[in-house]
Amino acid sequence: MDPIPSPPFSGPPVTPSGPGSLRAGSSGEDPKPADAPFGPALLAQAFDRARRENRAALVVYLAAGDPTLAATVELARAAVEAGADVLELGIPFSDPLADGPVIQAAYSRALEGGTTVEGALGCAEEVVRATGAPVVLMTALNCVLARGTEAFCRRASQAGAAGILVPDLPVEEARELQEAAARHSLGTVFLAAPDSGPQRTALAAAASTGFLYLLRRRGITGAGGKGEELASRVAEVRRLTQVPVAVGFGIATPQDAAEVAQVADGVIVGSALVEAAHRAFIRSEKPEEGLRKAAAAVGDAVAALAGAVREARRRP
Amino acid sequence: MSIASASPPHVGTGPAGRFGPFGGRYVPETLVPALEDLERGWGRAWGDRGFRQELESLLRTYVGRPTPLHRLRNLGTGKDGLARIYLKREDLCHTGSHKLNNALGQALLARALGRNRIIAETGAGQHGVASATAAALLGMPCRVYMGTEDMARQELNVVRMRLLGAEVRAVDSGSRTLKDATNEAIREWMTTYRDTHYLIGSAVGPHPYPTLVRTLQSVIGTEARAQILEAEGRLPDGVVACVGGGSNAIGFFAGFLDDPEVALVGVEAGGVGEELGAHAASLVRGRPGVLHGAYSYLLQDEDGQIAPTHSLAAGLDYPGVGPEHAFLRTSGRARYVAVSDEAARGAFLTLSRREGIIPALESAHAVAYALEWARELGPEGLLVVCLSGRGDKDVNALPQEGT
Repeated sequence: MDPIPSPPFSGPPVTPSGPGSLRAGSSGEDPKPADAPFGPALLAQAFDRARRENRAALVVYLAAGDPTLAATVELARAAVEAGADVLELGIPFSDPLADGPVIQAAYSRALEGGTTVEGALGCAEEVVRATGAPVVLMTALNCVLARGTEAFCRRASQAGAAGILVPDLPVEEARELQEAAARHSLGTVFLAAPDSGPQRTALAAAASTGFLYLLRRRGITGAGGKGEELASRVAEVRRLTQVPVAVGFGIATPQDAAEVAQVADGVIVGSALVEAAHRAFIRSEKPEEGLRKAAAAVGDAVAALAGAVREARRRP
Repeated sequence: MSIASASPPHVGTGPAGRFGPFGGRYVPETLVPALEDLERGWGRAWGDRGFRQELESLLRTYVGRPTPLHRLRNLGTGKDGLARIYLKREDLCHTGSHKLNNALGQALLARALGRNRIIAETGAGQHGVASATAAALLGMPCRVYMGTEDMARQELNVVRMRLLGAEVRAVDSGSRTLKDATNEAIREWMTTYRDTHYLIGSAVGPHPYPTLVRTLQSVIGTEARAQILEAEGRLPDGVVACVGGGSNAIGFFAGFLDDPEVALVGVEAGGVGEELGAHAASLVRGRPGVLHGAYSYLLQDEDGQIAPTHSLAAGLDYPGVGPEHAFLRTSGRARYVAVSDEAARGAFLTLSRREGIIPALESAHAVAYALEWARELGPEGLLVVCLSGRGDKDVNALPQEGT
């Protein structure tokens, strides 16, 4: 008979004491210059810069390893050069529950191509080095459990990640992750959904040290579907937290992005870019040419989104 | 042995739907309000006399409960050295398996919650048929997600679901089996939960599903315990059930959990070998992790990616298992073993030819282990096997030669 394992992530979430807690968890073991911003501070810096420019920050999601890990670095570089402020890097998982067909397919391609969790974390490191942008890792809970929460966060921090998002970890089970993330200077990102009541939204807001990820609508990732009234929801959520409020799910076009950018601190775009890159890639016979075209497609799409986000608040 | 008087034991259930460390509710935030709503609605319904009476009445007149407890006539006679073996005949339930006990209860719950549409996942198709049946009875539209590999190997059930008016939605992602059908049902539910009930078919998934399904299936164990006492004047030495997600087993075990002298044995799909990908024995060969919203035993690789599985029986071909089974395994109250495809096929033939009962391939796994165990126990022993379903759906799965 095996010893009974302890439950993952039991216990209530930790509520941070205030903005001063952002760097309180610094372990000192991470090889970064003491004065350079890192972790949640790097995210805060990106959102602050956007705010000073009177615009929302553009958060771009990419799936690590689709079509290859090296390609992901190039796509990330193209996205940041075209105006992405923050990168969200998805670690491929075999059974992603919150993801629509585009990201499922991207994860399948990445896994078939041999992408491992360690490979994806190494990719994050390369992306940080290549772009200097804050990188938030998105991962299924089971991949965190398989490595161990502490080890996972330590490695993510070594890789230079600024934050971590585990979509299938509900906030009331998040204490272990919050503590490990704090120890390793990783910002935490939790989700608030359309039907999360005031109490759950407040919990998610209080637990998020990176930014709060507000879902635009019900359902899974990908284009389509109409969200409900956003401005009042964002205002309601803003009252609960000092961290930025970024909105994602179902945002594909510059028009979608502009609409969200008028009211939110951040706009998150994923599936549309993953799809654009994939289409460009498969249209080419040679992988190098495909990669060039995919990077160009991501760059063009991000430039259009960034332009829309920049203009959003200048309209009458 | 009315269901209303059955107070299912809540062994190990913690405040947040936990069985020891197992269970929980590991889902994207979008679903948490839906599950909280379901949990409240379930508590109200189960405490409501009218709800329980309607369910009980339908279980009697529509499902055909209580199902018989039948002693094998030609095996375990005393002369063959085998223990006496009784079958709990869930195969005689309307639609041909225990699945309707749960489907009917959840469909009534959906109606009580004001959800007027049903979605379900299915592996072997037995749960899909049960859901389509319950939906037809209550006048609700029903969509069943089913992997394309399972649609090919359980074609009869696809036809039955369609005949019952359900839409069968083919799932062509991943391994194209039960796991992937479950993924798709959950993904749809994230959009439609306000007017749709997700009628999960096994004792898996996020809280409150494992408790809800166990409670609805505990009628199997409650009946079986009273029946064996009546037939033999004593409790059995052991009870045996097959375990995929584990709903027939957990419902059957529920009747005997408080009888420490009764050994509980769950039989998983041993497939064709011990390496990852060759079987579906999550409890015997897996390790803890999170899949489909619960912390339980899983078949996974070192990175936590869910592993491919194999079983001759589509209903057992699943990389996870209900969290209460994980708890019973680690607490030592139940024991879990794996039976190979070949042994299950042998039991399928034996039961058909020697007893005139064609079992589902899933249930044949339990029969195979029980026959082996009956030999160890000898003629003084007494076993009860849950025959969870009938095998009409499986007649094409057998090798053609020599059978």
